[in-house]
Amino acid sequence: MDSPVRRDWQLATATLFRQETARVKSITFEIATWAGHMAGQHVDIRLTADNGYQAERSYSIASPAGSAPHVELTVERVSDGEVSPFLTEELRTGDTIELRGPIGGYFAWNPGISSPLMLIAGGSGVVPLMSMLRTRNGAGNKVPAKLLYSSRSAEDIIYRDELDRLAANRDGFDLVNTLTRGAPAGWQGQTRRVDRDMLAECGFGPADQPQIFVCGPTSFVETVADELVSLGHGELAIKTERFGPTGDKR
Amino acid sequence: MAVTRGFKGRPGDARVVADRVPPGQYVTQDFPVLTSGPTQRTELAGWSLALQSGGQLLARWNWAEFEALPQTERTFDIHCVTKWSKLGTRWRGVTFDDLLKAGGLTSTPYMYVMAHCDGGYTTNLPVADLMEDKAMVATHFDGQPLAAEHGGPARLLVPHLYLWKSAKWVRRLVFMETNAPGFWESLGYHIYGDPWREQRYSGD
Repeated sequence: MDSPVRRDWQLATATLFRQETARVKSITFEIATWAGHMAGQHVDIRLTADNGYQAERSYSIASPAGSAPHVELTVERVSDGEVSPFLTEELRTGDTIELRGPIGGYFAWNPGISSPLMLIAGGSGVVPLMSMLRTRNGAGNKVPAKLLYSSRSAEDIIYRDELDRLAANRDGFDLVNTLTRGAPAGWQGQTRRVDRDMLAECGFGPADQPQIFVCGPTSFVETVADELVSLGHGELAIKTERFGPTGDKR
Repeated sequence: MAVTRGFKGRPGDARVVADRVPPGQYVTQDFPVLTSGPTQRTELAGWSLALQSGGQLLARWNWAEFEALPQTERTFDIHCVTKWSKLGTRWRGVTFDDLLKAGGLTSTPYMYVMAHCDGGYTTNLPVADLMEDKAMVATHFDGQPLAAEHGGPARLLVPHLYLWKSAKWVRRLVFMETNAPGFWESLGYHIYGDPWREQRYSGD
């Protein structure tokens, strides 16, 4: 796993934009050379103002694993953010930014491992998990997979149509959406925060020995990871990525 | 330098305190939680901290014994490799120098240390980066017992390096003869991790 390869900054050109939800946009960047990435990894990006001021951030890769010379990032606009409003509102086709990666080899799915894939997402935490599902689908991989995906409202579900299509394949992938702030008429999914009962009911059990990836806001991941442990899943089988405010300012 | 069309940045914290914010970092008032797995919930009754030279035990303290060691309060700026920095954080704990003293060590057996933690996390450090008041095992943040998600009951704190070196839930500090990579260092992160030289990943 050790990779002594230098990750140099390179120019990446924005080529494709897709509005996912009111606050979320996917952007495809062409890169001259790309050594390839695993599903779940991220990239660093760097923006430079004309006075020399620079800002760096990390974004998960949404596109499937592979060595195609482009990556898709899915960016949620944080209203008081410095970088996400630029990416979602200012960046245009043909603009360049600096990018390097891939970064991170732990929160990453190895499709060669046959144990079931249990994915649990809160909000834009679905992005690296989508890369895993796209990788699984593109490779015709039949490893049993489940995504338990918590969103505020139906309008906030990122990749909604694509996820529904993947689930409709009935190839061993099950999708469970849950909404935490009200559901539309006729809603078929769950309507509460992810809790222990939902994890037990909608996920794999410890006996299935799933590989588990949890990504979302800090409090969401804290709760889910604790409940998974209490349900008997091994700690080392539970890989987590937390982001955003913790709610405590300490 | 590759100027990004239309990017102005946000005038604010980062430039006001530029001399305290390493390259590529931004200042946050929050306290993000970055952990590769579930938060460890360690009972104080079963807690101990050990100093080892390889497999040989040099010293060990249970919680009561550790709390009785000389306590030091310090204010540090901390820098996470995921880009956030938090300025002026207040910590209390036992400095590595005081641990050595309490363990009766007048010199260190080797030049490197591997920190081992509940949950299996490890990280490697040169001994020189722990000594002369540069590091502590911290049990309190901002006057309160350190919360579990931030590494409580006790975490290593080495504020001049990226925060993954400040191992949460630390239980053993093991001197080793030659440097060896810990958890993140084996996964492409930098073997040393100096934020001021932006040593995020191997090769930086």
